[in-house]
Amino acid sequence: MSTLVEKHHRREAERRADVKTPAQIERAEAWRRRAPLLPALIFTIIVTQVPFLVTIWYSLRSENLLRPDGDRFVGLSNYADLFADSTFRGAAVNSVIFTLGCVAVAMLLGIGLALLLDRKFVGQGLARTLLITPFLIMPVAGAMIWSVSMLNPTYGMVNWLIGLVGINPVDWTSTYPVLSILFALVWQWTPFMMLLVLAGLQAQPKDVLEAAQMDGAGWGKTFVSITLPQLRRYIELGVLLGAIYVVNTFDQIYLMTAGGPGTASANLPFYIYQRAFLGFDIGQAAAMGVVVVIATIIVATFALRLIFRSFEQKD
Amino acid sequence: MTTTSPEIRSSGAPGGVRPTRRDRGEGVRGGLLTALTWVIAIAFFFPVAWMAMTAFKQEAEAASNPPTWFFTPTLDQFRAVIEGGAGVYFANSLIATGVSTLLVIALAVPASYALAIRPVKKTQDVLFFFMSTKMLPVVAVIVPIYVIAGRLHVLDTIWTLVVLYTAMNLPIAVWMMRSFFQEIPGEVLEAASMDGAGLMRTLRAVLIPMVAPGLAATALICVIFAWNEFFFALNLTAARAATVPIFITSTMTSEGLFLARLSAASLLASLPVLIAGWVAQKQLVRGLSMGAIK
Repeated sequence: MSTLVEKHHRREAERRADVKTPAQIERAEAWRRRAPLLPALIFTIIVTQVPFLVTIWYSLRSENLLRPDGDRFVGLSNYADLFADSTFRGAAVNSVIFTLGCVAVAMLLGIGLALLLDRKFVGQGLARTLLITPFLIMPVAGAMIWSVSMLNPTYGMVNWLIGLVGINPVDWTSTYPVLSILFALVWQWTPFMMLLVLAGLQAQPKDVLEAAQMDGAGWGKTFVSITLPQLRRYIELGVLLGAIYVVNTFDQIYLMTAGGPGTASANLPFYIYQRAFLGFDIGQAAAMGVVVVIATIIVATFALRLIFRSFEQKD
Repeated sequence: MTTTSPEIRSSGAPGGVRPTRRDRGEGVRGGLLTALTWVIAIAFFFPVAWMAMTAFKQEAEAASNPPTWFFTPTLDQFRAVIEGGAGVYFANSLIATGVSTLLVIALAVPASYALAIRPVKKTQDVLFFFMSTKMLPVVAVIVPIYVIAGRLHVLDTIWTLVVLYTAMNLPIAVWMMRSFFQEIPGEVLEAASMDGAGLMRTLRAVLIPMVAPGLAATALICVIFAWNEFFFALNLTAARAATVPIFITSTMTSEGLFLARLSAASLLASLPVLIAGWVAQKQLVRGLSMGAIK
């Protein structure tokens, strides 16, 4: 803390030392404001954009580690091959199924569970703790639990349970690979959605709800016309963040089905991984990566605009 | 599980009034809803509970059909996991998670401060850029990262993972911290700048203490994602720098399947994040909703 006199002296000194033009001052000021942002920005640009530029470079070349002579510029032919590749299309469809399916189901379940938890009852805290657990479990461990302990054809719990009501055992991960993975994903992501919606529910002003009830609005009407609009930005945020992570799903597929049988349950990340690290087809993998990025950015632009709109609206 | 009578939140009815028929109806409905909540909670938790139980079984009991519900618990599996060299993997995970989280905080705090309090032009563009890197599928950059790391001779080192985990969590951290900084009243900053405090001093003495809960929430989210990360670790590490998720998959594939040992390893691997998340539930909720509140 400085006294007023000291401050005055300092200001005088600053004024005398200052011989810069206003434009220079403005520029210096702008840089001073920007400076704290720069380390993070530069770091992010180097670590994320440089590899991506290299990916683009590879995507225009025929690079296959198994054929050293094939290292040459091939233009867009990697991209042309891609669109003729039915496995790529299948993986793209699976990516969409996993992402939309998981986010939609997890969000609906999450809203339901958040509503159930947003009441006072005995053991509320413990119930919430149990419900958030799948989100905290290491995905690799979660995938292991589902593929072995739960869905295994001989000693899995699911088959034992359906056996109790007389249904024959099912080899889940080979018969219904996409469904099995989706199940594990929904289990993992529902708590995330639930926590977000719960935060939204708890942020609602209670007096509005009580006023609505006093006015004789039923539970359903109150939910649709008051609660749901208030939850909108939480739901959008959950959908956005969930989609970002779920679209990159790799662990569950790698561990539960290895993309199989055949390529039935491969999504784009898994298929690109296969082509790059098991097939050593760098050019093809890179081209797929570029296509995925472009598709993601198109979708994300719409999603982010949506989120921004709801963030900037101060109601 | 017990079905105890729940306390229903009084629905606007003045206290002390004799329960009407409608209130009693809600009592029954409330009880049913509570029972439903518990059934679902237990269903969601069951796979984890079963994993924890399996970790204390012998292999024969673990793979029995019908499932073994009653058994004499044993620590054999945990002993086997630890003697099987889990320590190195845990140390690697600890370093990668800890150092990357510290780096994320060190980079994200000034950046989010600049974005929240002294907005540069096109703040939204910068935020958009940060978030868009999060949407860059990691598979799209893994091959070049592999090649570059190979040229730099940093494959199979923990520092490669530290750098990547920092980049992975930085966008989320910037977004979260920005929302926490935005909640600080402007007068606080004015007062600090009137006192002639520079950026670092203002941050250290005034702002950081005010956003401490937000900082904790951010750090927790970063820790969760870094500790659980599998893809980079799988592709960029081998014997020396492999992390805990790799350890789990290695117990899964080598010499057949040992379900009980695998469960013990999974339980140990999940425990740090599980406990942190359970203890810091409030911060977790706060962190996840990152500013959606305001």
